[in-house]
Amino acid sequence: MDTIDLSNLNRQFLFRQSDIGRSKAEVAAQFISKRFKDVKVTPYFGKLQDKNEEYYKQFTLVISGLDSIEARRWINSTLVNLVDAEDFDSLKPLIDGGTEGFRGQTKVIFPTINACYECSLDTISGQTTYPMCTITNNPRLPEHCIEYASSIEWNQLHPNEKLDMDKPEHVDWLYQASSQRAQEFKIEGITRSLCLGVVKNIIPAIASTNAIIAATCCNEAFKIVTSSNPILDNFMMYSGNDSVFTYTFAYEKKDDCPVCVGF
Amino acid sequence: MLKLRSLQKKKQEELQNNGSSSTKDRKLTPAQIRIEKDLKELDLPPTIKLQKVNDKEFLIIITPDEGFYQYGIFKFQILINNNFPIDCPKVKCLNKIYHPNIDLDGNICLNILREDWSPVLNLNTILVGLLFLFLEPNATDPLNKESANVLIRDKNLFKRYVLSSINGGSIDGVRYDYVLNR
Repeated sequence: MDTIDLSNLNRQFLFRQSDIGRSKAEVAAQFISKRFKDVKVTPYFGKLQDKNEEYYKQFTLVISGLDSIEARRWINSTLVNLVDAEDFDSLKPLIDGGTEGFRGQTKVIFPTINACYECSLDTISGQTTYPMCTITNNPRLPEHCIEYASSIEWNQLHPNEKLDMDKPEHVDWLYQASSQRAQEFKIEGITRSLCLGVVKNIIPAIASTNAIIAATCCNEAFKIVTSSNPILDNFMMYSGNDSVFTYTFAYEKKDDCPVCVGF
Repeated sequence: MLKLRSLQKKKQEELQNNGSSSTKDRKLTPAQIRIEKDLKELDLPPTIKLQKVNDKEFLIIITPDEGFYQYGIFKFQILINNNFPIDCPKVKCLNKIYHPNIDLDGNICLNILREDWSPVLNLNTILVGLLFLFLEPNATDPLNKESANVLIRDKNLFKRYVLSSINGGSIDGVRYDYVLNR
């Protein structure tokens, strides 16, 4: 359900200033159709979860460029459930790309045949959190003060309302509350953008990383469909943090994977 | 798609040889599937009881059989979101109790509930972790500083305070919940 925002334009080259506010899927589809007359792109502006199995059955393969683990797990488990061992066409390869700053990865998943997304879930780390006792009694970092304000003070003041960082007045409150706490403990470095970063867990997106991962995804899709070359087996990671590095290895299917065991 | 077809053929043959059949069911979210698995694998001592409130909420009842908190019965709420087990379950103590690692609002300081949570851990680890807090309250990294100081200075006094708090008594002007196990 993503729409185009001003801050997208530095890296999402299919969009122009006049497109701000419109659906990303629809604008991208239009742009590609205009440029490549014989390519047909059908946009769908909506939630993944609103489409049923029949919808996903029509595809040869799925490339996912999602922004959350939750959505990846959903599409993965949907495609695993779609597989019918009697019917070759029911198996839809899933190519999953993801980036985080200068790092990125591509996974090629043949549901039920090799490791699915859920099989590799244990290797994913969640959001950074700080010990409860540190943030209440012994804060040392500006992040500790922001955590205290957002997860403890806010709940005491507004037990029935969620802190919503899309509301400017909530951001104002958080900035004030955490600044006050930082002052108490003589900690420096609270800014509005740090408040937003800590609570919203903002992940930077970089055009070059996105381009590399998008290219490997398309490359894998092409190889799967044409059988022209060996397919990625089954995980590739890329890191541009510190010079350039890539590494490929195969995730094993997990014997007790809750999603794909029994298939 | 040639490579894929040959992989599928191989898989089909394997399945025939093993005689196993695929189990298609449910339209559960991956988080629900995982929590079902965690529930199936629970291996709890008799001092921990779990009740399912709904798909995303559990009630935990802990009745320690030794240590400072031996005579108490303590209730916890566990909330699970759709990103479990990437996101740690949210755990709260539902009683107002006198404990170095649990504050008066029910917030808990336990490493695996925050900074050390990882998807390789499961519901069982959390429940055992909670029980552990009652068997070995940790005064060196406290959430309720006053009670931690008492525990460090005078174990006997701490024991008396805990007993009185479990009985619904007041300590330093704070009235605690009556949570005596009878």
